[in-house]
Amino acid sequence: MTTTAVPSTERSVPKPAFTDAEAGAKVFPDSDARRYNYFKPAKRKQSHYEDVTVEVQPDPRHYLSQGWLYGFADGKGGYPLEWTALRAWGSDRPVPERYAGSGGAGYEWPAHGWHEFRDPNEEWELTLYRYNSNVVRQLNQNIEAARQAKAFDQWNRNWVQFVAQHVGAWMHVDHGLGLYLFANANRRAPTNMHNNAISVNSMHRIRAAQDLALYNLTLSEEIEGFDGGAHIQTWNSDPAWQGVRETAEQLTSIWDWCEAIFAANVVFEPLVGELFRSNLVQQAAPSNGDFITPTLIGAEEYDFAERDLRYTKPMFHLLVTDKQFGAENRKLMQQWLETWVPRCVHAARTLQPLWSQPDAKPPRFEDGLDRAKSRFSAILSELELTAPKELGQ
Amino acid sequence: MSRQSVAKAHQKIQELSWDPVYHEPVSHYGTDYTFRKAKKKDPLKQVLRSYFPMQEEKDHRVYGAEDGAIRGNMFRQVQERWLEWQKLFLSIIPLPEISAARAMPLLFRTVPNPELHNGQAIQMIDEVRHSTIQQNLKRLYMNNYIDPAGFNSSLRNFQNDYCGTIGRQFAEGFITGDAITAASIYLTIVAETAFTNTLFVAMPAEAAANGDYLLPTVFHSVQSDESRHISNGYATLLMALSDESNHQLLERDLRYAWWNNHRVVDAAIGTFIEYGTKDRRKDRESYAEMWRRWIYDDYYRSYLVPLEKYGLTIPHDLIEESWNQIWNKGYVHEVAQFFATGWLANYWRIDPMTDADFEWFEYKYPGWYDKYGKWWENYNRLATPNGHHPIVAENVDYVYPHRCWTCMVPCLVREDMVMDKVDGQWRTYCHEACRWTDVEAFRPTYQGRNTPNMGQLIGAREWETLYHGWNWADVVKDMGFVRDDGRTMVAQPHLDLDPKKMWTLDHLRRMPAVQSPNVLLNQMTDDERAAFQADYNRQGPAGRPAPAQV
Ligand SMILES: [Fe+2]
Ligand SMILES: [Fe+2]
Repeated sequence: MTTTAVPSTERSVPKPAFTDAEAGAKVFPDSDARRYNYFKPAKRKQSHYEDVTVEVQPDPRHYLSQGWLYGFADGKGGYPLEWTALRAWGSDRPVPERYAGSGGAGYEWPAHGWHEFRDPNEEWELTLYRYNSNVVRQLNQNIEAARQAKAFDQWNRNWVQFVAQHVGAWMHVDHGLGLYLFANANRRAPTNMHNNAISVNSMHRIRAAQDLALYNLTLSEEIEGFDGGAHIQTWNSDPAWQGVRETAEQLTSIWDWCEAIFAANVVFEPLVGELFRSNLVQQAAPSNGDFITPTLIGAEEYDFAERDLRYTKPMFHLLVTDKQFGAENRKLMQQWLETWVPRCVHAARTLQPLWSQPDAKPPRFEDGLDRAKSRFSAILSELELTAPKELGQ
Repeated sequence: MSRQSVAKAHQKIQELSWDPVYHEPVSHYGTDYTFRKAKKKDPLKQVLRSYFPMQEEKDHRVYGAEDGAIRGNMFRQVQERWLEWQKLFLSIIPLPEISAARAMPLLFRTVPNPELHNGQAIQMIDEVRHSTIQQNLKRLYMNNYIDPAGFNSSLRNFQNDYCGTIGRQFAEGFITGDAITAASIYLTIVAETAFTNTLFVAMPAEAAANGDYLLPTVFHSVQSDESRHISNGYATLLMALSDESNHQLLERDLRYAWWNNHRVVDAAIGTFIEYGTKDRRKDRESYAEMWRRWIYDDYYRSYLVPLEKYGLTIPHDLIEESWNQIWNKGYVHEVAQFFATGWLANYWRIDPMTDADFEWFEYKYPGWYDKYGKWWENYNRLATPNGHHPIVAENVDYVYPHRCWTCMVPCLVREDMVMDKVDGQWRTYCHEACRWTDVEAFRPTYQGRNTPNMGQLIGAREWETLYHGWNWADVVKDMGFVRDDGRTMVAQPHLDLDPKKMWTLDHLRRMPAVQSPNVLLNQMTDDERAAFQADYNRQGPAGRPAPAQV
C-alpha cells in the first residue's frame, strides 16, 4: 500500500540563491585582509582572546573621535583614568580636543600604557564557561560519590562542627568580595582587558561561595545533627572571625579600583585566604577523616592561585615597571602594603583559635602563617615590591 | 538538578548575603530615586551550579553550528546586501553588551536589596558572554565572507564614525548618570524588555532569509539569557514604584528612554530589515508590521500598560508618536536614504534598490515610490564613478540635514525639527521629545525638583563639526576607511567588487568641502536662523527642498 502526500498550497519560504559570497571568490583591494587591524597584538600573532576583547571598550585618546556622549552629574563620562591613583604611561596626556575642523585622529596605538595589559588566562565566554562548568561538574561528582560511599560517616564529631561553622563561614567572604569588590570593580577600569578579567574573577568568588553553601546544604541532609545555620552564627558573632569580617568589609569600602584588586588579590588572599584554605582546612581535613572538603577548597585555591593571581600579577607588574610612572606607582603600592598588611595579618591572627578546634590538629598556626607570609613575600618580589615591616607582626 | 533541589539550592544561597557591621561598601554611584530596604525575592532563582553547565551547553550548540556553516559553505548563499549591513551592526553591538555588564554595579548600592544582587552578577557575566560571542561571530564573517573590509577595521570604524556614535548611546546610556535611570530604566525596562525583540529575534530571522543562519544561531542564544535580565529589571521597577516620590522620575525616565531607544534602534534595525534584505515576498512582515507586533502589542500593551495599576505613568503619547513616525512619517525610509546619501562616510557597501524592491516597498508602504523612488533611481544612476560626484554632492533634490543634538540621528522628518539655544549654542533637534531630553530631562533640576544625580549629554555630538572645511578625501583617510591599496574606499554605493568600478580617494578630491550644519547655524543672525527654520520645516519628504513660496 502506498500513501500519497496530501497536496498543500505552496508554502511561503525564502528562496536560497547562489551568491558565491565566499572568501577568495574574487581578488580586489582588501580581499585577503582577514585580521582585525586596529590593535597591536602583544605577541607576534594576534590571539583569539585579543580578537574578541581588545578595543571593545573605547578610549577618547585613541579612536573615539567624538568623545564620550553621556556623563555623570559631574560631567565625566566613560571610564575616567582618575578612578585609580595608579597611572600608565601617556595617562597625563590630555584627551585630544575637538573643535570645528579639528579632525578626529587620536594618539597612536596604544593610546596609553593601560592598553598593553593582556589577561594571561585569555578569558572570554568560551573559556570561562568551560572552566567553571568543569569545576561544578567535578565537585558535584565528588560530593555525590562521597554521599553514596557514606564517606561523611568517617568524620570526627568535632570536624563536623568545624565544617559547619568555619568552612561555612568562608562562604561569606567569597560572596561579599565577589559582589561588592570584584563585580563592582568591573565598571571601573580603563580597558576591556581589565574589566573582563575582573568580572571573571568575580564569578569565581561567587561560584565558590555557592559551592560552599550548597555543600553545606548536602551535609545538612547527610549528616545527622549537622547544623546548616551555624555558619551564619559564626560569621556574625564568633570572635575568631571578626577580624576577617572587618577586613573583608573594609576591602569592599575601598574607593580606588586598583587598590581594591591589589589589596584583595595581592595581600588578603595570600595572607588570609591561602592561610585558611591551604594551611588550615587542607591540612586538617584528611586526618579528621574528611577527603571531600579539600576538593571544594582546592577548587577555590586553584581559582585563586592559577587564575586570579595569574592575571593580577601582570596587571600590576606592568604598572610597577611603567616607563613613565613606574616609580610613583611602586611608591603607592608600597603605601597600600603598609595599610593592608597589618590589617590582614591581624585578621589572620584573629583566626588562630580555629587551629585548636579539630580533634586531629593541623600543623601549628605559626608555621602556617609563616608559610603564608613567605608565599606572600615571593609574590611581592615577582612584582618587584618589598614586604613592609608590618609583615613581622 | 531536579526542580525541587533547584528550589532548595536557591533558598540556601540566600544565606550568603550579610549586612556589614564594620564598614559600608563603597558607594560610587548616585541616584535621585529612593528605595526602602525590604525583604525581596531574587527574581532569577539561578544557581551557578546549574547556570555554568547550561551556558556551556548553549555554547556547544553555537560553536557546532559555526563549524557546520563553514563546512557547508554557507557563504556561497549569503546575500552581500545583507552582510554588508552587519559590518555596521556587529561593530556597534559588542559595546552595548559589555556596557550592560559594566552597568550592574550601578545598582548594588542604590538598590539596597541583596537578594537582587545575585541576579545582577549573573547578568554581568551573561553580558560578557554576549559581547565576546558577537566579536567572535564578526571574526568568522571576516574570515569567510568575500569582502572582509569593514569587518577587519570594525572597532576603529565604530569609534570614529557617526553611525557608531549614534549606536553608542545604546551603551553609554546604561553606565552613566543617575544609576537607576541608566542601569534600570534605560537598560532593562526599555532597551532589554522592549527592543531586544527587534534586535535579537526579528533581525536574525531576516538574516536567515538572506542565507545567513549563524546570526540567528548566535543571537537566539543571546536572547535566551534576556528573560532573566527582564526579570531583574521588573523587580527593581516594582520596588521603585512602591515609593510615591519616585513616580515623577519614573515618568521622566520612561519618556527619555523610550524616545531615545525608538530613535536609535528603529533607525538602525529598521534600515537593516527593510533595506538590507533580498527577501521580497509580499507576505513577509515589514519592519512596521514587526514593530506593531513586538513593540506595540507585546511590550506596550502587554507589559507597560498593566503597570499603570501600580501608579506608573506611561508615555502613551510618545508610543503613539513613534508609531506615527514609522507608519506615517516614513522614519525608517528617511534614515535609510540618509545612510545611503552619506555612504562615503561609512565602512560598508550599500546595494542600490531594484524594481523588485520598489514593488515590495510600494506594496508594504503605499505611496513609497512617489516619495523615495526617484531618489533611489538617482542613487543607482550615480553608483559607479563616471565623472560625477558621490550622490551627496550631486543635485538630486535632497537637502543635507541638520543633526539632532540629542539622538544624533539627523532631523529627517523635516517638519518636526525644533531649535533651542542651550549652554550658549544653537542646537537642532529631530523632534520636540529630543529637545525636551536635552533641555529639561538631563538637567540638575526637573520640574522644580532637585535632581543632582542626573547625567549630562556631553561630547562632540555633531560629527560634521570635526571635519568642517575638510576635503572629503582627507575625511575618509582620517577615519581610516580605506582598503589596503591605500586609495580604494571601504564603502561603496554598490556591490560590484571589480576594482575599476570602485570609488577611490581620488574621486573625492574634487568634491566641495564638508560643511558642518551646526557651525553654519551658529554663524547666522537671528533673522537668518528664523528663516532657516521656517524653510527647513517645509522640506521633505525624502529630503526634498521646500517648495517655492507663492
Ligand atoms: Fe546582552
Ligand atoms: Fe533626536
